[in-house]
Amino acid sequence: MLLASAKKLRSLGIIGMNQRNFGLISRYNPRHLYPLVDDKLKTKLLAQKAGITVPTLLGTIEFQHDVKLLGKILQPYEQFVIKPTKGSGGKGILVIIKHDDHQQYFKPSGETLQLADIERHVSNIISGLHSLGGKPDTVMIESLIQLDPVFADYSYEGIPDIRIIVFRGYPIMAMLRLTTHASDGKANLHQGAVGVGIDIGTGNALHAVQFGETVLHHPDTQKTFSELAIPHWDKLLQLAAACYDMTGLGYLGADLVLDRDKGPMIIELNARPGLSIQVANFAGLAPRVTLIESIEQIDPDPVQRTLFSKKHFAQNNANNDRAMPRLERTRKADR
Amino acid sequence: MNVKLRLYVIVILLMSLGIGVIVYKHYILGFPLLPDQKKAVWSVEARIDFTARGDPVIVSFALPPQTPDIIFTQEEFASPDYGFSELPSTSGRRAQWSKRSANGHQTAYYRLSMHEVDHAIPSITNDLPTEPKKPEFDELHKTAATTLLDQVRNKSANTETFTRELITTLNSGAPNQNQSLLLKEQASEDYKTQLIIDLLALEGISARIVRGLYLQSNRRKQSLSNFVEVYIGNEWLLFNQATGKIGKPKNLLIWQSGDESLLDVIGGKDSKISFSIIKNVQSTRNLAVKDNLNQQATLMDFSIYSLPIEQQNAFKMILLLPIGALIVVIMRLIIGIRTSGTFMPILIALALIQTTLISGIILFLIVISIGLLIRSYLSRLNLLFVARISAVIIVVIVIMAGISIISNKFGIDQAMSVTFFPMIILSWTIERMSVLWEEDGPREVLIQGSGSLLTAVIAYLFMTNRTIEYLTFNFPELMLVNLAFILILGQYTGYRLSELYRFHSLDRRNAPR
Repeated sequence: MLLASAKKLRSLGIIGMNQRNFGLISRYNPRHLYPLVDDKLKTKLLAQKAGITVPTLLGTIEFQHDVKLLGKILQPYEQFVIKPTKGSGGKGILVIIKHDDHQQYFKPSGETLQLADIERHVSNIISGLHSLGGKPDTVMIESLIQLDPVFADYSYEGIPDIRIIVFRGYPIMAMLRLTTHASDGKANLHQGAVGVGIDIGTGNALHAVQFGETVLHHPDTQKTFSELAIPHWDKLLQLAAACYDMTGLGYLGADLVLDRDKGPMIIELNARPGLSIQVANFAGLAPRVTLIESIEQIDPDPVQRTLFSKKHFAQNNANNDRAMPRLERTRKADR
Repeated sequence: MNVKLRLYVIVILLMSLGIGVIVYKHYILGFPLLPDQKKAVWSVEARIDFTARGDPVIVSFALPPQTPDIIFTQEEFASPDYGFSELPSTSGRRAQWSKRSANGHQTAYYRLSMHEVDHAIPSITNDLPTEPKKPEFDELHKTAATTLLDQVRNKSANTETFTRELITTLNSGAPNQNQSLLLKEQASEDYKTQLIIDLLALEGISARIVRGLYLQSNRRKQSLSNFVEVYIGNEWLLFNQATGKIGKPKNLLIWQSGDESLLDVIGGKDSKISFSIIKNVQSTRNLAVKDNLNQQATLMDFSIYSLPIEQQNAFKMILLLPIGALIVVIMRLIIGIRTSGTFMPILIALALIQTTLISGIILFLIVISIGLLIRSYLSRLNLLFVARISAVIIVVIVIMAGISIISNKFGIDQAMSVTFFPMIILSWTIERMSVLWEEDGPREVLIQGSGSLLTAVIAYLFMTNRTIEYLTFNFPELMLVNLAFILILGQYTGYRLSELYRFHSLDRRNAPR
């Protein structure tokens, strides 16, 4: 069937864009707090102050005339990521995994860039090409995150990230975004990254989708998702929950990564997190939102909040929820 | 909840205010709700000719009374070198021309433009009859009259039938002796009218003469027709004195009623009066605007109609924008179509209005694709962002000029309308789409591009609809209704149509428990 029935979606508790904008974002996210998350540099400094691990900042470029210093700034680092501080949806992010003495820079795909290409990219960012409303922007250069071996078989030319929706400080839904060949190494679902719903209780994979359709294994590595379990799960949940205390945003999407060396860290916060996470989890946000909304006193301790979430949103807790996708899987495999 | 309640109160207020003003304008001020309603406008010209004798001249002429079911849009009085004034008299208005001395043939004109009103409010007339004046007949005539009246009385039941019977008897083809005696040979219309009134007076019935003009298209040298008006049961009833038919004929303009003369000329002779009539068809809406501006209705005084025509035309366009905005709101919030730039589709739709649909779309696609091609080259030139978008603007202008010149050479006139597209918007669209292409691939460009174009075309179709165009301009209050709709749509938290597709894979899942 091409279209779902609205009644069915409502019974599943699926939240639509209008409902999200009206009932969650405009209700729980005061406008004046947006700059904290829309400017990644501010988020980073805020997180560092709160003792939350973030990728190391290697340098920033704020003015066009500093672009010529870029070569010098990049010289000491073999690998780095260039980002616009006000970019959204992964726009304008450039990853370099290697560079040689002839000023040749290599992207994960093997494509080579000249320093001039990177300078142009940086100058575009400063001009505001990737920022909301074309406002002048700042470039930040970060250390490259090292792929955790857990994900080695589940990722293609990129670092998977974990999106956790935090509602009033409680993690309510999580998804792992895996890069694929189709997504060009980007963890962006509508470009073809695989979204894997993650059980809040255990960190185990629940269900995976690519382009909105259920998939059973990674399209490039062919590894099945049923064996996937995310390590340091409690730590990841606690980091995400702590972002609420840090920013004050009631409806928040925290993007985290697992670094091989430094463990879990926050890379980005989002005040308008998307809704694809529901497809990846094969479940709607609405019942969980309702449960959290019914809590009168929010626990000030993020650790306590994650315990609450783990207890209420764990998959095996919600009786037969887990059985359903498995059933689906076998049927599809038979075909 | 409180906020929601307040919003609904505002919505209801806006709705009722908007609809209230529309209803008022339609029923009271006479604005039609559809653009094509037409109404007949009659132009009547009365021409007075006489020969002056070199003495002071005074011409007094009865003017038609203003009644609530007729609107006089224009009245003109023309006569060279005459002093003129309009005087009220006991039985209506009179025009008076005057001159110290005149010689030879003289002419005076009175011109009147008028049309009927749809929703006339009948006014109460306190037009009471005077006691019937007993006529003075000689013995012979008196006997004839009495015999005739007895005869008629026998054949009638009340005043109404009596009058009708009297008129038909007098008009009968084979008159008996009495009738012939009373009517004389070849009696004038005026004499006949007076006779009927006299006979009715003998019977104790109040009656008066009414002169009216039949409104018929393109007639010249017409004269007024005489009617007899009889006071029956608190109202005046009009009788056709040739047929005895009761009631005012539909196309009759009552010019004068009562005993006063139609035309008095002092200091002249051989006076004669003739009427010519022209029928024009005008749009009801134009008439309504004109009438109400003349009457200085407050609502009209502070309306768009009080602006100069040029500004009015600008507003015609501007008032269509809210319709476009409503379409965009529906397309984005209910359907969930992605467009590149929120209101870019409206601006494209405005341009399409100027260029017409098909050629507009083709031109748009040509400009955007050439622009994207050149833009992809520009991105290799390593330019600063602002410089690049400025370069794109110049490129767009060059493309437009190119299209205009080439199409002119080939004689395709329509392609020259390319200049109506907003250049800055086109440049931004090209820039955005090119960035989108680089970052999200051609598929996203296609989705957003066709989404924008689809929205623009739908907005265009609505904005060029004649009825919508007419309503938005003549009933700007509709904007309030539109605003109320948009406020309600702003509350819509249900699924967008596109989300039913987006989440379609979830349809297979069973509802929990």
